[in-house]
Amino acid sequence: MKLEGKAAIVGYHEYPHIRKFTGKRKFTLGQWADLTRLSLDDAGLEASDINGLVCTEIRETVSFTPATIVEYLGQPVNFAERVDLGGASPVGMVWRAAAAIELGLADVVVCALPGQPIPSNPNPGPVDPRRYFQSSSVNWGSPQAEFEIPYGNLAQNCGYAMIAQRYAAEFDYDPRAMAKIVVDQRRSGALNPNAVFYGKSVSIDDVLASKLVADPLRMLEIVMPVAGGAAVIVANEDVAKRCKHRPVWIKGFGEHLTMKTPTFAEDLCRSPVGPASAKAFEMSGVTRSDIDACQIYDCYTITVLLTLEDAGFCEKGEGMEFIRSHDLSCFGDFPVNSHGGQLGMGQGGGAGGMTQVIEGARQIMGRADQRQLPRCDHVYVSGTGGIMSEQAALILKGD
Amino acid sequence: MDLTKPYPTPTQETEPFWEGLRNEQVLLQRCDDCGKWIFYPRSNCPSCLSINLRWHEVTGEGTLYTFTVTHQATAPHFVDEVPQLIAMIDLNEGVRLTSTLVVDEANDPKVGAKVVPVFDHVSNEVTLLRYRLA
Repeated sequence: MKLEGKAAIVGYHEYPHIRKFTGKRKFTLGQWADLTRLSLDDAGLEASDINGLVCTEIRETVSFTPATIVEYLGQPVNFAERVDLGGASPVGMVWRAAAAIELGLADVVVCALPGQPIPSNPNPGPVDPRRYFQSSSVNWGSPQAEFEIPYGNLAQNCGYAMIAQRYAAEFDYDPRAMAKIVVDQRRSGALNPNAVFYGKSVSIDDVLASKLVADPLRMLEIVMPVAGGAAVIVANEDVAKRCKHRPVWIKGFGEHLTMKTPTFAEDLCRSPVGPASAKAFEMSGVTRSDIDACQIYDCYTITVLLTLEDAGFCEKGEGMEFIRSHDLSCFGDFPVNSHGGQLGMGQGGGAGGMTQVIEGARQIMGRADQRQLPRCDHVYVSGTGGIMSEQAALILKGD
Repeated sequence: MDLTKPYPTPTQETEPFWEGLRNEQVLLQRCDDCGKWIFYPRSNCPSCLSINLRWHEVTGEGTLYTFTVTHQATAPHFVDEVPQLIAMIDLNEGVRLTSTLVVDEANDPKVGAKVVPVFDHVSNEVTLLRYRLA
């Protein structure tokens, strides 16, 4: 089974990333509807064209999520799916949309991820434990509640720091090369009006002078939480050919999950994006040397480093040298996250990874303005959920 | 804001492990069918899904697989523990677990260092399995 590559991203919308959101607050259902409207407009389609949707969790219900959204949008669908892959969800949503389209289940599928704050509840009720424990589950019977949280191993920073520390013990670790990932990406991000760091580039010394959060990771190597949100429209070949933009064909994908807590990874230095990417390349028939741009999920610098290695753009252990010897900015010889990545844009919660999908589409459509690459026909996109727990990859192609 | 330490509440599968720690013993499950050691405790072997698991006492000794020193608490409940020395320990039996390192400042932890258990009786009911450099 493989994709024929006959489903395409035809439109998108991305909310500007804002550190302190002061606009009118909408429920996630309202944001879903608004993002759908704006991305349909972008494609040149109408509400009634939609007959499929892929979502993640929303704030207004714990279950029956797709039906709740369908009802709110007022658009019946033939295909609906809720994806639960953390930061890998956006990539997971897009390939599921493409697969449903190729199976003939739907013609136009909307994938949206609200990321703005919702109105304050006048009757707030008890505090949600996720406020403190974030993605770690404190529910009774959860392995994390018993064997991780009591030791303080929770949320994301310490897990990624332990990956970096292990990498440093096994391979070359160069803090200046790690900082250069941020510097190169922020150079692109400084040109992205949707980025929280628009107009704000940094130097290697700035990164190394930022606060140590969890050794060896520093503040500027970690995404800043922001208000965001994004949606893409995926459509079949007939629809794609009458939309406004150059179609962005979804040629291959892969997905791989190994654990929830990194303690239970067999090898912390070899991440699930390896098998996910191998599958995506094999399915697409595209080779690594065909790739014009990489949009790599970048919650932390270490995620970018391991993805470059594990996806096969360089050998294991050679990532630091690869970074030192390439310019990763949108003006460089090996563009990575030409939108600034999430390190440059900020992370709009679960919508963060959709910025990578959208920048891939934007570059292929030729709509990246000052950041536009001279040639962009093949893009590699990765998504990372949890702590390198669940990862997915996409190969996008323009004709 | 409830900031009491989030100590574990054992389950029917895990109670022998916590009971062992209260008695300053490290107990691990081992699969009778495939012979693999298992951590964390569960109802089925994560190698072959067998239900024929048996508890064995082990030394609890191992090596430091990786660690981090936090400069910002991982949750408000751990503000008093900063800098937290969070670690992954490879037990000699080949399983890995999460713990914290109890170290003195003169002795910096290094990946690969030998470590030994420290039984931390944090309450009458709960003993946590912490580690120190051997």
